[in-house]
Amino acid sequence: MASHPRVVVQADDFDLSLEVAALRAQDPGVGAICAFVGTVRDHSDGSRVSALELEHYPGMTEKSIEAMVDEAFRRFDIRAVKVIHRIGPLRLQDQIVLVAVTSAHRHQSFQACEFLMDYLKTQAPFWKKETTADGQQRWVDARSADDEALRRWGLQSGNGSLPG
Amino acid sequence: MKLQVRYFASIREALGAGEALETRAATLGALRDELIARGGSHAEVLARGRALRVALDQVMADESAALREGAEVAFFPPVTGG
Repeated sequence: MASHPRVVVQADDFDLSLEVAALRAQDPGVGAICAFVGTVRDHSDGSRVSALELEHYPGMTEKSIEAMVDEAFRRFDIRAVKVIHRIGPLRLQDQIVLVAVTSAHRHQSFQACEFLMDYLKTQAPFWKKETTADGQQRWVDARSADDEALRRWGLQSGNGSLPG
Repeated sequence: MKLQVRYFASIREALGAGEALETRAATLGALRDELIARGGSHAEVLARGRALRVALDQVMADESAALREGAEVAFFPPVTGG
C-alpha cells in the first residue's frame, strides 16, 4: 500500500478499474468502494464547449489535496483513498478527476468521496480554461454553489464569492 | 525583505509567471497594495473588489497574514478544478 501515492497530479489519463483494484488489493477488510470520476462535458453556462485546459500550482496542489485526504481520514471510518487530477489540454469526454475511497461499510465511503470532491472544488489550486465551439477561450468562473456544498460539512469557503 | 511572487491562470496571463522582489510590506494585503501602486496591468488585475485568492508558502491565506523573509506568495483567481 505504501508504494501507491494517495494523490497524483498528471497529464496522462487513468484507468478506473486498475485504480480500484489497487486500492482494495491486500485489504480483505474492504466492504465498500465509492469512486467518482469527473469528465469534460460539451456545454457550460449556455455555450457549447469543444475543449478544456487545466492549469495548477505545482507543489501547493499536491500538498492541499494531501491535507484534504488527512481530514477525510479524521472524519470518516475509511480504509484507503486515491485522488488523481489531470492537468494540461483535455478533449470532450476525457476524464478529469478521480476520487476513490474504500471502507468497511458503504455509508462512510459515500460520504468521504463527496466530502473530498466538495473540498477539492473549492480549495485545490486548479483552474479550468474552456474553448467554446466558436473558438473563443475563457476562464471558468468559480461557483458559489460549490461553496455551499462545502458548508454542509461545517467548512467555510469564500472561493466562489466576490470580492477577493 | 526578499519574496518570491507567483501568479496563476488569468493573473499569470496578465502579469507573467512571477518575480522575485524586495518589499517593506508587512502583510499580504500591504504587498497587494504595493503591487497595485505600480499601475498598469498590476493595478487592473489585483484591484480591490476583484475576486482574488492569495496563498502564503503554498497555503491559502488571508491578507492579514504576516510576511517573512524568503516567503513564497501567490496571487490567483478563485479555483475551478474538479
